[in-house]
Amino acid sequence: MNYQDYYEVMGVKRDATQDEIKRAYRKLARKYHPDVSKEKDAEKHFKEVGEAYEVLKDPEKRTAYDQLGSQWQAGQDFNPPPGWDSGFEFSGGGYTDANAAHFSDFFEDLFGRGSSHGFSGAGQQQGFHMQGEDHQAKVMISLQDAYNGAERAITLQVPKVDASGHVITQSHTLNIKIPRGITRGQRIRLRGQGSPGMGQGKPGDLYLEIDFEAHPLYRVENRDIYLDLPITPWEAALGASVSIPTLGGTVEMKIPAGSQSGNKLRLKGRGLPGKVAGDQFVILQIETPKAKSEAEKKLYRQMEEEMKFNPRSRLGV
Amino acid sequence: MTKKREEIVEILDESFEISLAEICRNYTVQAETIIEMVEEGLIEPLIEAEEHSSVHWRFHGPSVHRIEIALRLQRDLNVNLAGASLAIELLEEIDRLKQRLRIYNEEKL
Repeated sequence: MNYQDYYEVMGVKRDATQDEIKRAYRKLARKYHPDVSKEKDAEKHFKEVGEAYEVLKDPEKRTAYDQLGSQWQAGQDFNPPPGWDSGFEFSGGGYTDANAAHFSDFFEDLFGRGSSHGFSGAGQQQGFHMQGEDHQAKVMISLQDAYNGAERAITLQVPKVDASGHVITQSHTLNIKIPRGITRGQRIRLRGQGSPGMGQGKPGDLYLEIDFEAHPLYRVENRDIYLDLPITPWEAALGASVSIPTLGGTVEMKIPAGSQSGNKLRLKGRGLPGKVAGDQFVILQIETPKAKSEAEKKLYRQMEEEMKFNPRSRLGV
Repeated sequence: MTKKREEIVEILDESFEISLAEICRNYTVQAETIIEMVEEGLIEPLIEAEEHSSVHWRFHGPSVHRIEIALRLQRDLNVNLAGASLAIELLEEIDRLKQRLRIYNEEKL
């Protein structure tokens, strides 16, 4: 079992006042709240902060924790000295806001397993029923899978209650069908795949939020796909028909004469499928060939002579 | 533990509908809590069959997501419903802007 440095987690000194601890908690809770925070591991931090606050906000638990001494380092292997908690009584309540099911072994060994619902034990009593907790997870899928639909096996770490009432983590592999045309930020629900219920309570549900893996060519907004398309100056000036990659395969597209860099062309319905299919937008980028040979340089000089073109006239120079 | 069978997948998008009663059951909340969210303008019912009766209210997927977040923010951050609603609207705006930015930025944000 590893020692947890609750003061370090909260970013306060060991002699911080209860008010300082409360302020630190409020600030960190906002910073790491999984619905608000975009930080990696936000959920893990949020739970750590909740656990630290559970101990430090309660003067009795805090005093007991302080008794362990300050010589410990976070993560160091730790066993509570025998009789360390004599004179303290933690069982039965005191777990007010936080969900104690997510607390560390360290916490559990010191203070026992609490419950946010005011009952002790893990609900093995007769006649007690509660629906299991819902779980949320993010799944990264490729754009191609979203376009075609796919079957994927995903593995999740799921807490389960074992026979003796302890919560253990099990890896759980699910085969899920990714529906065609799903987009970033959409959520899917798998009924009954959350935590098991207690007593006759139904298991919770599993919610998966879809995110796309970065694609080397395409960018996505809702159902629309964006592609940068390099073209030559003569294709831009004279117009051309060029091949364009799309999620559904290569298509031909007409570039109108007189196109400029940054112009946006639309391939209707070539984005992600849906009730109303998205479009693919092609953003033109004119690439200028380097003048390497004498003949090439001569061509550019000839253009300079013939075309009398000043792209900076708008700037008044 | 590996399960070979395929799971039944529901997409919680605009086509997904859920009744007020189901929401109350699923999230163990009082109907009043959801009605307050409607009054706050955080979510909108799909149909208001009878002007004054919320019994027939149904909601679509994105509203359900907003309900969940509002419940968590109120519970975890000690904000009231107006504060949670403001936070949710700002978070959604940030998401939209980030998506836009991604289109113009090669680098992943």
